[in-house]
Amino acid sequence: MTPVDSGMPSAVGNGLCSCHVCRLVSRRSRFSRHEHCPRCGATLHFRKPGSVQRCWALLIASYILYIPANLLVMMETGSLINYRKDTIVSGVVHLWKTGSWMIAVIVFIASVAIPLLKLFSLTFLLISVQRRSHWRPRQRTRLFRLLEAVGRWSMLDIYVVTLLAALVQLGSLAVVKAGPAAVAFGAVVVFTMFATMQFDPRLIWDPLQKEDIHD
Amino acid sequence: MADRPAQLIACRECDLLQRDIPLNPGCTASCRRCGAVLYRNATDSINRTLAYTLAAGMLFLVANFFPIFSIEVSGDRSAITLFGAVHALWEQGVRTISAMVFITAILVPCLELFSLTALLLPLKLGFVPPSYTLFMRTLQFIEPWGMVEVFMLGVLVSLVKLTNNFRVIPGFALYSFGLLTLLIAAAAASFSARDIWNRLDEMLGQEES
Repeated sequence: MTPVDSGMPSAVGNGLCSCHVCRLVSRRSRFSRHEHCPRCGATLHFRKPGSVQRCWALLIASYILYIPANLLVMMETGSLINYRKDTIVSGVVHLWKTGSWMIAVIVFIASVAIPLLKLFSLTFLLISVQRRSHWRPRQRTRLFRLLEAVGRWSMLDIYVVTLLAALVQLGSLAVVKAGPAAVAFGAVVVFTMFATMQFDPRLIWDPLQKEDIHD
Repeated sequence: MADRPAQLIACRECDLLQRDIPLNPGCTASCRRCGAVLYRNATDSINRTLAYTLAAGMLFLVANFFPIFSIEVSGDRSAITLFGAVHALWEQGVRTISAMVFITAILVPCLELFSLTALLLPLKLGFVPPSYTLFMRTLQFIEPWGMVEVFMLGVLVSLVKLTNNFRVIPGFALYSFGLLTLLIAAAAASFSARDIWNRLDEMLGQEES
């Protein structure tokens, strides 16, 4: 029962399980199927069930949806003088050219940098976990923490499109419409957030212990 | 109670078992192995979170139903509220987006504030909140989906985009949203699930004895 680094005992190595709702540490048999937390009644799991599979499924769906999200039109802007159809990237470029470079940078980070960071980092984390890698677990955990923290900011563009499309409906004078890419992009944001929630960072540390259990 | 090894805590991110020791107010305990935050001693958590939550609840109503900003084109004025924006998008047939905005900017913050009040107000008044596990679970489940601060940034970006073409008049709800963002952040910073569970344990223990 002693883990490799004996000064660092994990809960699972001691047959203990931390409740995912109230964090109470309680004893749980490895062989019984369902046990409940004595304090709050939540089902106990040593690790998030089906973590790697579910995370892959959501991640692959996000990769696929990322293509229409970037190729299709995000926002149509029309007025008497000009009419434009913008994808995510061309919208950022347009902002940059018209001199709102601060806003261009913010939108670039939220709608281009963060989704890409999430897709690639999750792929990397999943592969490293499946290969039972021992490589820099602390840094990988930190990367996961970063993903959890920044994921929500990708919703920025969805809000901007919503506000503009709802507000600018002035008949022939000016119209803003949400394009089909908005739906695809929204789905990418939601799916990558779910994927991040499904990923269990404790799996990064499991290969470092002698004992390992998955449920 | 033999099943519960007292004073143990397992790190959420690396599963390292550690001892739960009392902290000085304002201090944070982090995991020895991976550096994740284990718990904090938020000063006067229950009272402060309740105060912020109640204030945020009132602002939330204002922020939802008053105009965020309006634009003026050749005498025509068009104003927008958050609820109006969601409704307008639904009418335009962009229903997925409309639903996403409704959930993340209206429904989840509303549920969050309600659950917090339902938990903290009874605790403050000295009785065990009814169906507390349900509310604790709800809070944990919806926590990543409340995006008032992202919405606030979205409002600011839209403002800048609009000023290129229109005369923009800031509305009442714009300021309420600013304040609401701060209050929700303050409530989140002073909230401590550990304190709530400890308080509940104490109260339930007293009831039993």
